[in-house]
Amino acid sequence: MIKFLSKGLIRDRTRSFFPLLVIALTVALVVFGSGFMRGMMNSLLLDSAVILTGHQKVVTQAYNEENQLMPNDLALLDSDEMINQLEIEYPDFFWTPRIVFAGLLDVPDENGETKTQGPVIAMGIDFFSEESRQIEIWELEKNLIEGNLPSSKNDAIISSKLAAQLNVSVGEKVTFIGSTMDNAFTTYNFDVTGTFNLRKGQTDKQMLLVDISGARGALDMDNAASAIFGFYHDLYYDDQKTVDLRTNFNATNSDSSDMFSPIMLALRDGNQMGTMVDISNAMLAIMGGIFLVVVMVVLWNMGLMNGLRRYGEVGLRLAIGEPKGHVYRSLITEALIIGFVGTILGTGIGIAITYYVQENGIDYTKGIEALSNSSMIMPNIFYAQVTTDLFYIGFFPGVLATVLGTMLAGMAVYKREMAQLFKDLET
Amino acid sequence: MIIRLSLLLFTLLFGQKSQMTVEQIISAMDKNLNAKSRIMKSKMIVHGRRSTRTIESRNWVIGIDQAFTEYLSPPREAGTKMLKLDDKLWTYSPQTDRVIQISGHMLRQSVMGSDMSYNDMMEDKPLQDLYKATLEGSITINGRKHWIIYLEAKVKGLSYPMRRAWVDTEYLLPMKEELYAKSGKLLKTATMADVKRIQGRWFPSRFIYKDKLKRNSKGTEWVIEEISFDMNISESRFSKAMLRK
Repeated sequence: MIKFLSKGLIRDRTRSFFPLLVIALTVALVVFGSGFMRGMMNSLLLDSAVILTGHQKVVTQAYNEENQLMPNDLALLDSDEMINQLEIEYPDFFWTPRIVFAGLLDVPDENGETKTQGPVIAMGIDFFSEESRQIEIWELEKNLIEGNLPSSKNDAIISSKLAAQLNVSVGEKVTFIGSTMDNAFTTYNFDVTGTFNLRKGQTDKQMLLVDISGARGALDMDNAASAIFGFYHDLYYDDQKTVDLRTNFNATNSDSSDMFSPIMLALRDGNQMGTMVDISNAMLAIMGGIFLVVVMVVLWNMGLMNGLRRYGEVGLRLAIGEPKGHVYRSLITEALIIGFVGTILGTGIGIAITYYVQENGIDYTKGIEALSNSSMIMPNIFYAQVTTDLFYIGFFPGVLATVLGTMLAGMAVYKREMAQLFKDLET
Repeated sequence: MIIRLSLLLFTLLFGQKSQMTVEQIISAMDKNLNAKSRIMKSKMIVHGRRSTRTIESRNWVIGIDQAFTEYLSPPREAGTKMLKLDDKLWTYSPQTDRVIQISGHMLRQSVMGSDMSYNDMMEDKPLQDLYKATLEGSITINGRKHWIIYLEAKVKGLSYPMRRAWVDTEYLLPMKEELYAKSGKLLKTATMADVKRIQGRWFPSRFIYKDKLKRNSKGTEWVIEEISFDMNISESRFSKAMLRK
């Protein structure tokens, strides 16, 4: 029966080609739209995660309470051992140490006297470990404007905005002035090996990036870290899973009576990030829902139209003795076949486009530069995201709507009066 | 007769102190605490939130405008030198081998993570030139009589525009002080202990500072191990060239 109907569909292109095309394109649109929206929201969250919060972050309880002050005297000790432990217990993430510190950056003249001086927010990230993905997630190779990435402990790269403000060039030595982990006064020389622009508005206005070993040297923080950041291997933030994991970690490892005990914070626990995650989820649900409903209505309508267009054919089949139930079932089976094939085709096309945009992104640099005064961390390139639900989401409009439309239109089969059939055929 | 004379002398001596005006008290305090110059070796015991550190230093100070500090230990800080001239501060650390000027507002920042600021450590100017004093009353603490004196700034730009001092009537030293911001917010408390007679003056050899803005602060002890007043200090001591020596 299915083989017979399939042959009919292939031979009669008016019944198969256009419906198939419409379903495939619509499903492709649903799949790509959903993947792009999801990727766009994830890009927004990822930028904040990379710079500020990680997908997960482990700090001491006391550090968390005063985190705005960057209190490195409350940092995590024995951070390397803790990272090893986290990697064993939570293998869905890759874990990396981070030291965030602030102070003054002093640029000497040719006599070694202060030429310029300005405030700096520095971050010590893991540049050198073999398994480190920091260069990748910060997109530093792409964002490097001049020079090279750090290759030794005392190398630093400076944001192009700060370099211009302090009149620093690649190859110069700069001195960091600040406080050690013990709050002692410290000065430490860094060699500027490159300048970068994260292209995220004012985010990197005063930023200096150094290797974690350099930060530890400058701040006397041997084997300590302000925080340990965790990122999902695919860099896709799963809010529910992250929150569950955080709750579980804190229940076993956190002791509210010990201010130095570790506490895990999900991305949503950061400043206003919870609202951002909720808004992003709500927007995804609303936009995705509306999109899906519209597409379903279109395909349903196509199913209805198909049914009506075949009014004469159905009448003829009834007239030559085919039972109403058989006609009805065959219409639905046809719709099912078209819907199924169209959906598979559309899902394939949609996922291919989504994957392409996931890898290459869509560049909004000019638009974002226009918003450069905004303090929000905004990505310049939006990437789509291929997720597992994209493999089945197209079946709702592609198969369900088409079949439902056909089922509704097919109801007319049962309302046909046998005595009227030939009269209908005359028209 | 001898007893009567002794009683008379006692009354004269102590009657005189209890009749001192608030200006005389402040002037006497200044005489004890201030000098034309001072050279001292001290150690700061900083009780941090995690650990306690001891930092040893040698200081040369003339008045309020000139101060030179050389840190002697711990090893990370040893060799670091600081020079303060007026409201400018230069620092030299052997690790960077650079002389760096630090802006004026840094003088109010913590010294080596302690509860003391550079101003607390280096300033030495008579209180009577800076504050208008009011005697609020007296109190007995640990069996010793103290005057309570309220000081209000009469010049602008002071680190502590208001302070309240509990002045020991014998030592004429502010054994306890509360240091306030212009808004009236308590910024720090300072107490003195181990008062000794040095070069004809009473001088405390231990100060305890507590920064009230630091959460969970356990305070900083500043122990004066050696001190000499009114010594001649060469002008070259307060030159930038000394930082690298």
